[in-house]
Amino acid sequence: MTAAIEAEGLTKTFGGELLALNGVGFTVEEGTVLGLLGPNGAGKTTTVRVLTTTLVPDSGWARVNGLDVVKDANKVRSSIGLAGQYAAVDANLTGRENLRMVGQLFQLSRKDASRVADELLEHFNLTEAANRPSKTYSGGMRRRLDIAAALVVRPPVLFLDEPTTGLDPNSRTAVWQVVEDLVANGTTVLLTTQYLEEADRLADNIVVVDRGAVIAEGTPATLKATLGETVLDLGFSDVVAASAASKLFVSSWPAPPVLDGSTLELPIDAGPSQVMMALRKLDEAGMAPTSMTLREPSLDDVFLSLTGRRAELGEDN
Amino acid sequence: MTSIVLPQAATPVKRSKLRRSINDCIVVTERNLVAYVRIPDQLFFSSVQPIMFVLLFRYVFGGAIATPGMSYVDYLMPGIFVQSLLFGCVSTSVGLAEDLQKGLIERFRSLPMARSAVLFGRTISDAVRNVFVMILITVVGFAVGFRIGTSIGLYLVAFALLILFAFCFSWVFAFIGLSASNSETAGLMAFPILFPLTFASTAFVPAESMPTWLRWFAEHQPVSIAVNATRGLMQGGPGADTTHWVVMTLIWSAIFLVVFVPLAVWRYRRVG
Repeated sequence: MTAAIEAEGLTKTFGGELLALNGVGFTVEEGTVLGLLGPNGAGKTTTVRVLTTTLVPDSGWARVNGLDVVKDANKVRSSIGLAGQYAAVDANLTGRENLRMVGQLFQLSRKDASRVADELLEHFNLTEAANRPSKTYSGGMRRRLDIAAALVVRPPVLFLDEPTTGLDPNSRTAVWQVVEDLVANGTTVLLTTQYLEEADRLADNIVVVDRGAVIAEGTPATLKATLGETVLDLGFSDVVAASAASKLFVSSWPAPPVLDGSTLELPIDAGPSQVMMALRKLDEAGMAPTSMTLREPSLDDVFLSLTGRRAELGEDN
Repeated sequence: MTSIVLPQAATPVKRSKLRRSINDCIVVTERNLVAYVRIPDQLFFSSVQPIMFVLLFRYVFGGAIATPGMSYVDYLMPGIFVQSLLFGCVSTSVGLAEDLQKGLIERFRSLPMARSAVLFGRTISDAVRNVFVMILITVVGFAVGFRIGTSIGLYLVAFALLILFAFCFSWVFAFIGLSASNSETAGLMAFPILFPLTFASTAFVPAESMPTWLRWFAEHQPVSIAVNATRGLMQGGPGADTTHWVVMTLIWSAIFLVVFVPLAVWRYRRVG
């Protein structure tokens, strides 16, 4: 396998003070998805900006498709697509005009640019809105247009900077579907996200960044196994009932249950069958919880276990 | 969504570096002009201001200002032309600052396009808009009694000279727009530059009426020079050395370009 993206020891300081990148380095194999996971201000966007040639690092180097992002910047630009919170579409242009403009800036003929624009609009379910200024689009539509704009020349490497931040669940699923399609067609994707769930679903590998440095790296499964776990929260009518239920699991459960007031927290590491087993145990003992929640580990949990402090999540960097 | 395959990639047209830059510049210019057409209120309000200045000076201040050798309206209109076009340069800085703020420049910078295209696209589309403003102010001028004292030919020379002068001057504002922290600031930063240049000039009153120190500035600064050239071309005065003022205007235009195009492109490369 060859590397589509390589970065080594990237540093970047803004205004002489703020250390945005402090030695970030990783490798993304061709045709795989890397999830760059981290809270606000961790350096995700700065990393993407260096890799997409819009920001020159203070030190370190990076190559995309084997080309140096500083020395061969213009060649790199011809083979990448960028979409996300910082690379926008023009609000005054229609969806079709936006895509055609990008095509023409890739030196496509007007005719080719129009054809590609129409095909992309159809692919992204935007044909009906094609002739409306993009400022009338919903958040999900704008994001799809944004991704479409990054795909005009079918780049082998695609950068998605927080592609689903601020989207409703349906739009988020639609964006995920798009990414999965692209990867199935051989595109290499680097996506930044604040959501462990998103990285888990899409990424082959996850790099966790904090304060401009890589603090953990691995497949979603390894990271989750070491850093966070799914938890089944069982609520009971009172503390007495909860502690009675807790006794059922103390010796027999793979990981120790946690009693928090009238809530019993059961770690789940073997999927739905283990949840069913828990419920069966309660049923056999004649106990019934009043509430039940299955909690996926969040970036916050991962962060807490890696750094001992909570991640500061939000919409903007 | 999954049932439809992604479009086949199209092959880029093989072009020389210069042809690519020209293509990029045309594409960006077109994009800016579409915005002007699509937000007509912006165009409307940028036209209202020069019209108000015409009416203000023609009817409010004009009676109190003595001009040698010609009626005040004929003296005034060349000044209004220059002022309107230069005030229009504010949209160059605001437009670029907005593109920066909204992340459009970030997208442009990630594309394999000419680094200067976004800036030329902006300044050229603003020059196109200025043609519209020039025509509008001419019509308004005629309505309030302005007449060309020379010939249509010389009026058109003045027209072209001012469009060129404003185009070159707008590069100052391209640099400002890329240096401002946001579009509001970019708009505000323009006025400390525009007010002294347009008002401490020969645009509205003869420099003779000013105190000596101010008079020296008013007589030598570029806006006065462009106004004098315009006045000479349209009215055949002051004096007969119109050619001198036209040449001086061209020299100032060249200075703006030579200094501010590299500065703006340098700023564009490292902005953000």
